[in-house]
Amino acid sequence: MTTAGTPALRVRDLNVTFTGGGREIRAVRNVDLDVARGEFVALLGESGSGKSVTARAVMGLTDEYTRVSAASLDVAGTDILALSEEERRLMRGERMSLVLQDALSALNPVMTIGNQIGELFKVHRGATRKQARAAAIELLGLVGIPAPNNRVDDYPHQFSGGMRQRILIAMAIALEPEMLIADEPTTALDVTVQAQILDLLGRLRDQLGMGVLLITHDLGVVMEVADRLAVMYAGRIVERGDADTVLDLPAHPYTQALLRSVPDAAARGHDLLTIPGSPPSPAQTPPGCSFNPRCHMAIDICRTERPPLVDVAAGRASACHRSEELLHELVS
Amino acid sequence: MNSSADVVAGASGGLALTNASERRVVLEATDLRRTFTGGSRLRPTHVSAVDGVSLTLHAGETLGIVGESGCGKSTLARMLVGLEKPDGGSLLYHGTDVTKGRASDRKLLRRGVQMIFQDPYTSLDPRMNVGDIIAEPMAATRSAPAPVRRDRVAELLGLVGLAPDMMSRYPHQFSGGQRQRIGIARALALDPDVLVCDEAVSALDVSVQAQVINLLADLQRRLGVAILFIAHDLSVVRHIADRVGVMYLGRMAELGDTETVYDTPAHPYTQALLSATPSHSRADRGKLSRRRVLGGEPPSPVNPPAGCRFNPRCWLATDECRTSQPPLRSLDLREVACHHAEQALAEAPAL
Repeated sequence: MTTAGTPALRVRDLNVTFTGGGREIRAVRNVDLDVARGEFVALLGESGSGKSVTARAVMGLTDEYTRVSAASLDVAGTDILALSEEERRLMRGERMSLVLQDALSALNPVMTIGNQIGELFKVHRGATRKQARAAAIELLGLVGIPAPNNRVDDYPHQFSGGMRQRILIAMAIALEPEMLIADEPTTALDVTVQAQILDLLGRLRDQLGMGVLLITHDLGVVMEVADRLAVMYAGRIVERGDADTVLDLPAHPYTQALLRSVPDAAARGHDLLTIPGSPPSPAQTPPGCSFNPRCHMAIDICRTERPPLVDVAAGRASACHRSEELLHELVS
Repeated sequence: MNSSADVVAGASGGLALTNASERRVVLEATDLRRTFTGGSRLRPTHVSAVDGVSLTLHAGETLGIVGESGCGKSTLARMLVGLEKPDGGSLLYHGTDVTKGRASDRKLLRRGVQMIFQDPYTSLDPRMNVGDIIAEPMAATRSAPAPVRRDRVAELLGLVGLAPDMMSRYPHQFSGGQRQRIGIARALALDPDVLVCDEAVSALDVSVQAQVINLLADLQRRLGVAILFIAHDLSVVRHIADRVGVMYLGRMAELGDTETVYDTPAHPYTQALLSATPSHSRADRGKLSRRRVLGGEPPSPVNPPAGCRFNPRCWLATDECRTSQPPLRSLDLREVACHHAEQALAEAPAL
């Protein structure tokens, strides 16, 4: 194991470009991300903001039509970019892992759950069939599947949605990785099951000291679990910082508008505050600040010049020409 | 401890209830049932999707239905618009019995009750232009000649906040939020009394979701249409609904004024559901760790448990719950189907 001081994830200037179809679409631009060990970082964004693409790029799950570049991409102190494809493959599962949203399509329908989890131990640890099976049973118990001894030989379709998601988490944590990326792990689930999954992720984070990057569009989930928060819009991070301060006093109009557009018990019977228009497609982002056509605070400079992501206060950064005003307006 | 809050919630709740009951009843469902048969022919299984649900919908009100997946809320919606024939119970539209699904019943129901679907990407025909999609209900019921339909389409597009010159475009040229507006315009084409929205905003981005919720509220104010709003997102339902019904495994667990049900839930399931919902305020962080944890997995509607269907997961369950089905009864301004509702209400921690 590496020293505890190294962050679980350190990303600098990540760019992802899709090159299929004869044109280039820049889905992720200049993204910096840090996740410390034992830390829960939320990456919040709407569809098309590039949050899932970021996750896949970090994991190295890209196809021939995707170009990934970064100044640095370190997982637990290891520079991923310097690794060969085979070395990367060995790192996945072992030191970093990904939990996908759609549990039914992420599991192999013709393999028993026990074999799918056991495969990890066989491939990475050279375990025998018997050892792999025992390890699989233990993991199923850890993620709260009742009677794991009996369920280990069942197939994915015999489990409920919440259980399948837990099985995916079991597979992701099987080899005790230092970095866990969870891409919308609870989106398809009911709230009571969602609460169980969030509990489980929090407990494992505490037990194993993993860094967790939680990708989500659900503000409620962010409110509940995030230690730190990064907000993505049109492929870029527009605001980043400690979750308490960002959620209390957003320094970017997009974050502010998102927080206000969520129904609140106190505002019943009134219209919700809305953001006009819809998120831009990554193929056609507006010039200047990507958010300017939808922003209620936009001024001339926003339409021509893109604001850089700069520190606006201790430990937080925002990409807006008017962050200072926004912060002061809210303070006063 | 929260008795003063009770009084306040109770007072406003009572007011809303009297207002609602003075209004005309447009849709009345009594003891609706629907069972699906599945499995092999030799060993058929019976899925009891909706088992004895009664509700009334008054003109101009919004009734929210919440519940987890598999609780039968979509089947209920499909029965109310006549897409699914109930196995039992009755459905009255303006006092006319339309349960049997005869051609005349369907015709009546189509004109008065329209549905807005969940997925704006699959509920619009990709090969029809927007004008034809919105005019389709009028064409199908032969309620207006073509030139009139065109004018009406332009009017409907304006009503949902789209430019009338978008009529000749195709669905793929629109974003998710715009498509949902097109779906709403189509549902309004026949000037219905009731809109049934089955997870109508769930597929939309947060920033777009608020636009559609506001649009529905605005249409209701302007047109006086009643809305049955089905969703799994409790905070959205709380925002939009006057009354709310909580469903569990095909039955109504609790039904009442929105504030009463959310502030002082009397059914153990409602309490558990509300406590598991993440709060939209950072101050409430850690709320989930104090939640009421339900034992076991959500049971499936195949072979539902006897007695109260919630009994295997309920912390108040007694022998009575395992044998006899609790009827929906009135308690403090709401209806609740629980033998121990008084106890649940008294012991509930403040939410």
